[in-house]
Amino acid sequence: MTNHWIDLKNSDCILIMGSNAAENHPISMKYVTEAQSRGGKLISVDPRFTRTSAKADIYAPLRSGTDIAFLGGMIKYIIDNKLYNEADVVAYSDASFLVGDGFDFKDGLYSGYDAGKRAYDASKWTYQLDASGVPKKDLTLQDKRCVFQLLKTHYSRYAPDQVSKITGTPKKDLLEVYKAYAATGAKGKAGTIMYAMGWTQHTVGVQNIRAMSIIQTLLANMGVAGGGVNALRGESNVQGSTDHGLLFHILPGYIATPATNWPKLEDYLKRRPKSSDPLSANWWQNEPKYMVSLLKAYFGDAATANNEFGYPWMPKLDAGKAYSWLDLFDAMYNGSIKGFFAWGMNPACSGANAGKTRAAMKNLDWMVNVNLFDNETGSFWRGPGMDPAKIKTEVFMLPACVSVEKEGSITNSGRWMQWRYQGPKPLGESRPDGDIILALGNKLKELYKKEGGAFPEPILGLKWDYADSHGEFEPHKVAKTVNGYFLEDVTIDGTVYKKGTLVPTFGLLQANGSTSSGCWVYCGSYTEKGNMAARRNLQDAPNGIGLYPEFAWAWPVNRRIIYNRASVDLQGQPYDPKDWVIKWDGSKWVGDVPDGPWPPLENLQSPNAKARWPFIMTRHGFATIFGAGLKDGPFPEHYEPLECPVEKNYMNAQRINPTAPVWGGKADAFATCDPRFPYVGTTYRVSEHWQTGLMTRYQSWLMEMQPQMFVEMSEELAALRQIKNGERVKAVTARGQVECTAIVTKRFKPFKLADIVVHEVGFPWHYGWRWPASGKEESVNLLTPSTGDPNTRIPESKAFMVNIVKI
Amino acid sequence: MTKAFFVDTTTCTACRGCQVACKQWHGLPGDKTTNHGSYQNPEDLNFTTYKLVRMTEAEIDNKLRWLFFADQCRHCLEPPCLEAAGEPTAIYKDRATGAVLYTRVTKDLDADSIISSCPYNIPRKGPDGSLAKCDMCNDRVSNGLLPACVKACPTGTMNFGEYKDMREYARVRLAEVRHKFPKATLLNPDKVRVIYLTAFEPTTYWEYAVASQREFDMTRAMAMQRLFRPFTDLFARLG
Repeated sequence: MTNHWIDLKNSDCILIMGSNAAENHPISMKYVTEAQSRGGKLISVDPRFTRTSAKADIYAPLRSGTDIAFLGGMIKYIIDNKLYNEADVVAYSDASFLVGDGFDFKDGLYSGYDAGKRAYDASKWTYQLDASGVPKKDLTLQDKRCVFQLLKTHYSRYAPDQVSKITGTPKKDLLEVYKAYAATGAKGKAGTIMYAMGWTQHTVGVQNIRAMSIIQTLLANMGVAGGGVNALRGESNVQGSTDHGLLFHILPGYIATPATNWPKLEDYLKRRPKSSDPLSANWWQNEPKYMVSLLKAYFGDAATANNEFGYPWMPKLDAGKAYSWLDLFDAMYNGSIKGFFAWGMNPACSGANAGKTRAAMKNLDWMVNVNLFDNETGSFWRGPGMDPAKIKTEVFMLPACVSVEKEGSITNSGRWMQWRYQGPKPLGESRPDGDIILALGNKLKELYKKEGGAFPEPILGLKWDYADSHGEFEPHKVAKTVNGYFLEDVTIDGTVYKKGTLVPTFGLLQANGSTSSGCWVYCGSYTEKGNMAARRNLQDAPNGIGLYPEFAWAWPVNRRIIYNRASVDLQGQPYDPKDWVIKWDGSKWVGDVPDGPWPPLENLQSPNAKARWPFIMTRHGFATIFGAGLKDGPFPEHYEPLECPVEKNYMNAQRINPTAPVWGGKADAFATCDPRFPYVGTTYRVSEHWQTGLMTRYQSWLMEMQPQMFVEMSEELAALRQIKNGERVKAVTARGQVECTAIVTKRFKPFKLADIVVHEVGFPWHYGWRWPASGKEESVNLLTPSTGDPNTRIPESKAFMVNIVKI
Repeated sequence: MTKAFFVDTTTCTACRGCQVACKQWHGLPGDKTTNHGSYQNPEDLNFTTYKLVRMTEAEIDNKLRWLFFADQCRHCLEPPCLEAAGEPTAIYKDRATGAVLYTRVTKDLDADSIISSCPYNIPRKGPDGSLAKCDMCNDRVSNGLLPACVKACPTGTMNFGEYKDMREYARVRLAEVRHKFPKATLLNPDKVRVIYLTAFEPTTYWEYAVASQREFDMTRAMAMQRLFRPFTDLFARLG
């Protein structure tokens, strides 16, 4: 979230699209309800009328996988009706930047496409730079090559009738949503978006969010209270695990994983683009300080300037190769991965095309399953369709204790790092994950020391001092390492920081090995003043908008609303004087922690030389409507899901995202416009279960409420297929089948597209054969396809084609 | 100072935290259910389910609504069940809180007549013939805690406090909600300690959501009849 949970209450219009907050983030509705009671509007856009829709002032249905068409139509509506905040768009976004002649868009393809590689050469998608290397601008937004005009042209095709033909949303519903949301472009009004996997799990996942980011930029909703772009994370600490490098392509703090195209530390450290604009903070230019401090946190004294601080020891990605979920299980399926730790995960149920994943596990020599309970993954060898006699995989179960049985921190969607104390002691032989990892590391070090091995240096060089006096994992030691230390006496601006003390803020991290930090964005979370995440002060900030700055700690630098420099005018005065975030008092900023201490710009023609442009994380300092850094183009464009119900894309000549990854194996079968699979299928969660259900399916109070796998369908489809409410049916896709109980409901309606009627059905995610004992309540991921977003490679679990048959 | 609930159905998201919290506090088992084509489960209140979120799909004025009604005992100011029982060791009112409480002795009552005395169709009979329903978490409340269902509610649907304050809050919310829902209404606010606010016709939510004056009169009449029943009958059943 750019903002945070409590801040939702400050919104004048909340769009919940690509998420179902009432069912999956129930506590958020406390703040949504508060916004509504203060006169704010709630809009729910969802293929199905949900418990969120039940509370909404406006509900609009759309066919799964057509969000860009819907949002593109909103961009057009905002531009055509001049509802954007022109002053803000000119001052703080790249709308005025001129784009180079190499950029073009024709027949659904951007310039630079290579069909053989299913990839673009994105080097042509650039701004025009002046002689000093600063983007050329047209502040009147009239130049045909300025971003604003290109945007306008691009979305001129997204007229309501055309959008409605694709999304199936009645035109009047579309316009009602557009009108209500676009009204937040008025000065002092704030609109916000709450999205989740309903937007990410598509072959156009990143572009769904880009489309909304463009809308938020046009309406000047960034950085303001009750605004922003807010991802509701699917697990209470997913934000924390992402911050700390969960994904294959990033290390802790969102710095890139080393790769073969940067063989030396020097290559790695110089790869970030420089800005020639003295007013651009271009914050990533500080990355060398963060990378070197990270290497010092990993390798301690073993990391020196002479050995590139241990950079040669870091594993390197093969340049251009992806190692995401689908890629890893494909490699396992093809026999090239032989050992596997399933740590706090249940891939036999949780990932797309789970049938392939289960088959892949048969190729393993060993698997270590670290979890609270045995699950469908640890027991895959005795699952449906498996012959244990023919499976050689050795499975080790390591029982982990549950979160409340250990001390540590979680970071919620709003970037708040909150320290939690241990409740009950771990049951039986279960242990905290930290203990298990610590013991594993100790053993590896011992074996490498004794036996040598192919490449012992990284393991032997690893700083591994996280044990307490009893040899057990000590979370405070890790939290301090994450924050970072001065490793020698350092003098900065006349202040001496003593060796061994904690670094108070990331602005003081160094690239010369004199500081360490395990995750630079968390620097400042645990300082000589104490554990900031453990704070529980209930005093609000002077602006009274619910920041509670001394309750827990938010990254970065306890900033509660990021991009907050965009919430003020050029004089530093808030657009919204009532719910203001920051303001300039003549000598300093007051309110939230600003995005840097620099004074206001004052005016655009000759800005204060000490000022900085507000979007400090981008190269040039501006919100980027023209998103040149992505694999699938600078503007979001509607493409159909890999499996879709229409022969052609009504918007352009490409049916699917031309860069979407497609696997070609037998286990990856897909079927589009295939009469065997006539209905759109989607997946979701229910309030009553959690993830793959491992923690909830054994809980009788929750099973009582949602006892069985189900499929929801419209009354019209049920009549067509003669299916009765409550009847058991079978859902079938090109990859697998699952038995479900039919819920026939008014909450799904058939979609009227251009010349056809399309039915959609939906399935919950939470079941698996291990429990309940019948073994018949199976994972919906036996149905979902092997494809995903080209940027993140998250699977397309939200739109696929399915048939429903009677049993 | 007696207590009351205010249940604002206009903010209820049917997260069903209240339903689970009730079972958890009372140590009640989860029922073995099947999906019968609805999220609402168990299908009805029962001997081990005192709180149930009823979920109804309805088209009202050409708009689809999904109505949620967190059903429970209303703890009537003059409880027909108490009068029908006429046996304070079985059904009595807690003087401090106003909670209407059932004991194990209810097994010696005529369960069907108690159940039919309730205008809200709340009490349920167990295998031993005793009756069960919401007890206002009287043990929690007497110790200064909120009822479990109220504690669990994230959206301000379930409220609890002094009777006078809850009545006042209900009036305030009704006035606010009427801007959006002109037909919003409070259900029997003068007769119960669990005051519901609904946005639409209450019987669309649930057949027994609201009681008519006639129903109260009928149960009163039944109770009076009960009072004149020969004592021998009662002693026989108690024996």
